Amino acid sequence: MDDVLQQLVGAILAIVIALAACVAYFWGTNWLLDRVLSSGSSSGDAMTKRDNLRSSIRPWLFLFPALLFLSVYLIYPVFETVRLSLFDGSGRTFVGFGNYAWALGDPNFQRSVLNNVLWLIIVPSMATGFGLVIAVLADRLWWGNIAKSLVFMPMAISFVGASVIWRFVYDYRGEGDLQIGLLNAIVTGLGFPPQAWITMPFWNSIFLMVILIWIQTGFAMVILSAALRGIPEETLEAARIDGANDFRIFFDIMIPQIWGTIVVVWTTITIVVLKVFDIIFAMTNGQWDTEVLANLMFKWMFVNFDYGRGSAIAVVIMLAVLPIMIWNIRRANAEQGTR
Amino acid sequence: MTTAVEQAPAIPRASTGRPSWLAGLTLGRALTHLALLVLVLIWTLPTAGLLISSLRDKDQLAVSGWWTALTTSETQGVTRIGTAEAQVEEGGRYFIRGNVFGTDTNKTVTAFGLSNAAPGAEPAGGSVEMTDGGAITVQADGAFEWASDAPFAHTRGPRIFYVSAIAPRFTIDNYIEVLTASGVGRSFINSFTVTIPATIIPILIAAFAAYALAWMRFPFRGLIVALVVGLLVVPLQMSLIPLLSLYNDIAKLFGATDGKTYLGVWLAHTAFGLPLAIYLLRNYMAGLPREIMESARIDGASHFKIFTTMVLPLSFPALASFSIFQFLWVWNDLLVAMVFLGAQQDKLVLTGKLVSLLGSRGNNWEILTAGAFVTIVVPLIVFFALQRYFVRGLLAGSVK
Amino acid sequence: MSHLKLTDVSKDYGHVQVLKHINLDIVSGEFMVFVGPSGSGKSTLLRTIAGLETITGGTLEIDGEVVNHRAPSKRGIAMVFQSYALYPHMNVFDNMAYALKIANESKDEIKRKVEAAAETLQLSKYLKRLPGQLSGGQRQRVAIGRAIVRDPKVFLFDEPLSNLDAALRVATRLQIAKLHQEMSKSTMIYVTHDQVEAMTLADRICVLRDGMLEQVGTPMELYENPQSLFVAGFIGSPKMNFFNGAIAGKYGAETLGVRPEHLEISDREGSWSGKVIHQENLGSDNFIYIDMGGEEPVVVRADGASHYTTGAPISIAPMANKTYRFDKAGKPIKG
Ligand SMILES: Nc1ncnc2c1ncn2[C@@H]1O[C@H](COP(=O)(O)OP(=O)(O)OP(=O)(O)O)[C@@H](O)[C@H]1O
Ligand SMILES: [Mg+2]
Repeated sequence: MDDVLQQLVGAILAIVIALAACVAYFWGTNWLLDRVLSSGSSSGDAMTKRDNLRSSIRPWLFLFPALLFLSVYLIYPVFETVRLSLFDGSGRTFVGFGNYAWALGDPNFQRSVLNNVLWLIIVPSMATGFGLVIAVLADRLWWGNIAKSLVFMPMAISFVGASVIWRFVYDYRGEGDLQIGLLNAIVTGLGFPPQAWITMPFWNSIFLMVILIWIQTGFAMVILSAALRGIPEETLEAARIDGANDFRIFFDIMIPQIWGTIVVVWTTITIVVLKVFDIIFAMTNGQWDTEVLANLMFKWMFVNFDYGRGSAIAVVIMLAVLPIMIWNIRRANAEQGTR
Repeated sequence: MTTAVEQAPAIPRASTGRPSWLAGLTLGRALTHLALLVLVLIWTLPTAGLLISSLRDKDQLAVSGWWTALTTSETQGVTRIGTAEAQVEEGGRYFIRGNVFGTDTNKTVTAFGLSNAAPGAEPAGGSVEMTDGGAITVQADGAFEWASDAPFAHTRGPRIFYVSAIAPRFTIDNYIEVLTASGVGRSFINSFTVTIPATIIPILIAAFAAYALAWMRFPFRGLIVALVVGLLVVPLQMSLIPLLSLYNDIAKLFGATDGKTYLGVWLAHTAFGLPLAIYLLRNYMAGLPREIMESARIDGASHFKIFTTMVLPLSFPALASFSIFQFLWVWNDLLVAMVFLGAQQDKLVLTGKLVSLLGSRGNNWEILTAGAFVTIVVPLIVFFALQRYFVRGLLAGSVK
Repeated sequence: MSHLKLTDVSKDYGHVQVLKHINLDIVSGEFMVFVGPSGSGKSTLLRTIAGLETITGGTLEIDGEVVNHRAPSKRGIAMVFQSYALYPHMNVFDNMAYALKIANESKDEIKRKVEAAAETLQLSKYLKRLPGQLSGGQRQRVAIGRAIVRDPKVFLFDEPLSNLDAALRVATRLQIAKLHQEMSKSTMIYVTHDQVEAMTLADRICVLRDGMLEQVGTPMELYENPQSLFVAGFIGSPKMNFFNGAIAGKYGAETLGVRPEHLEISDREGSWSGKVIHQENLGSDNFIYIDMGGEEPVVVRADGASHYTTGAPISIAPMANKTYRFDKAGKPIKG
């Protein structure tokens, strides 16, 4: 009990110290800047020069802590990981592209890539599709907001929590026993034999994907719902006057207008999928052919302690994310230009 | 069906006030209700099942689906009756008494028998002849009485088989067990220890940076914005090994065995949350009216003053959005905590604890369901209480 | 005392030159109005004076000191924005007190100044309210009050009345005129689209066109002696009628300008004939639109009691000495 207390006091202390440090840094450096380059005594040109010097230093004071964190925790590691991926497991012997060559020949790696591709195809499309359908349906029913709130809820649940929830759904008891897993209860209720869903190769991957789809649909739904509401009502009315039926209105008028949003949602979920780790780790740990890159990397890093191979796999994940990253940056730049 | 559809327009529409163009379609509305209902059920039933199960009696939980929680469930049981030593003599007759349930009292016996093949041969209250002599009667409450005219001499108690009904019973015993015996309580505290500082620390750092990127002019500004956008999607996996080595090196410097400290996790989460924080806040701040900043400048406010007296208070919704994001993300995180805090039992956060329970007690559903619910209850409360800000943050973070 | 002097001031945004070699003297206590078509650079000029934009060429002097790069708050100016720019999270009192607090004035002093300004602007009742709980006119007064409490050397107004309805506009205009009288030492620079505001408020008007200074002068100077076709057409409402070709030729000009109020309906010798196509009777005046074969109809101001039938032929003639003659370059022909 004592150490718990100590830990809590530590946490509170950390908050206080961190906030105090932040305030002290920002307030202090600003004060110092204004003090050292004060414009009080001098006048005219000299004062103006100092004002300008100060205003060219100040942004960097504001940015410094953030840039420091980003450099140490994100930018430096990217380069370091790329470097480590060219060394052997101990990180001392240079092996060139040896780790990558190993990966290409490794059946587990191949399986992971295959599974990742499957995940990439199925999860974003299903989550976006369901999200769109639910958004469309919910927007026209009086209880739509409640429905959206409920569908959105899994967003708040951790991947691990969701894994337990679904493992309970997929629970399997031997044939003849009473099934307490929802899925097997339904299956046996319909007169089929119960299945051990989690250990059926190929299909088990699908059952794991269901978990992520279940989580991400709420995200897609919220974003798409907002986009749908942004469609000018007049365009729908105009189409109706032009004689389009509901399906044509949906596909010809509504979808094109929210296409940009659909793409954004899709790519966002794609990134989540590329990094998915917790679900596999908690449900199967890669057994029964469910391995994915993120989990494989974790194994090589923290079970086998082979930093070279682990890093190589991390770099592969990074490469997969790269196109989306570039696209995002382009988009952000274009937006800034129009501002 | 037709009448229901015809009445449909009377139903108040979704809060947008947007007239439904589907209303004209006969049957359409009824189908819409039905389709959405099915979808909502799919999305809520798994969680509902978990919650209900976690509150059920652990015997019931193990033998019947949670959807039967309100109905009585039947199980079979067996108990061994005492030997001759347990007999008592009353008025020249000999008795052995007891209860098939021991002290467990919420069950009732519906039938009993003497063989495994026919556990329900005799309804409760009836009596059955015993091979060792005499007859046995089992009451519905489980009390049995074996009576004989001659004294008992058996050395091995015979078995009675019975069918018992368990009345629906809800209990928080599972939670009590999970929080105390399984160490989930400790993990709960660990999760808070990790989450609160990791949520608060990045806010100020990000807010200052976001302000600079939104409202100050300096060289490389566009480049830094692009960098932040790029870092938004960098996989965490890239950072793990280099950071762990870095932490270990630093730990060695201070003479510690490894670099797994709460401080390390706080700082890591702070850094990993920064790109989103800066991006969200910068977008929001850039949308504040320019005239307000200019007016403040003319009034003599420095950038520091503008930031603290104008931008911070006006950015409250964005700050709230980010805090919720960061809170949920840190609370729900498994990877960062596992790597930077380690897997020792006393340092496990809730997600890590749950994974370890899955491994060690994968079939003890009373532990797993209660444990899982403990891990998700805090985010759920935060989510439902602050959904508005959460949604706003999502929209700002991705549509823009 | 606050004397503003702009020498050869230019402003570029990358390749676009928004202000071109502006030379302007604004003397202490003067009420100067900037007018010009949309996009002509009025706001930009005002903002460079405020210091919100840095000028890319020339010099800006306040009281003889070059202030090109001086921070806005150190120029002794106050600005009233078109959108008011009230601080939404501060109540009226705090809005007005903000600048004083930053200047570290004492609490009592702040209170005294804010209350005095609130008194003048009839805002005393609203000091505790947030801007969101005020009407448009009240918000505008708070914005003005915020400028007043600082007791600046120069007031800058960027279309301060354009978000108000017609009646409030008149009332607030009068208030600004009164303010100018009371603070006779303060220079005021005022940007507007509105002819009436310009003519009634200004000591001098400065007409901008495409980032260039077209003409500076008192309202009457601009009205009576426009130094270009552009100014002639821009000042006055309805705008001046322009005639080309034979009619102008008779007067020895490329273009002849006559204001609607300087045309009379008469068939004396030398009058021009046309056809009535439309009339707008405002009660006091009746504006008659006459087709004389040109691109635009000719407008004549007639008495409000008059009436003309659409389609009827009509003859008009300019009053003596009320014509403006311009050469090919759009410059006035003297004499
Ligand atoms: N930040 C900028 N970058 C590029 N061009 C700009 C910028 N700000 C203004 N301009 C251009 O400068 C010109 C003058 O703008 P300004 O706002 O001064 O016009 P204005 O006379 O105030 O017009 P209005 O009466 O419509 O307010 C316009 O053509 C405008 O497009
Ligand atoms: Mg303007």
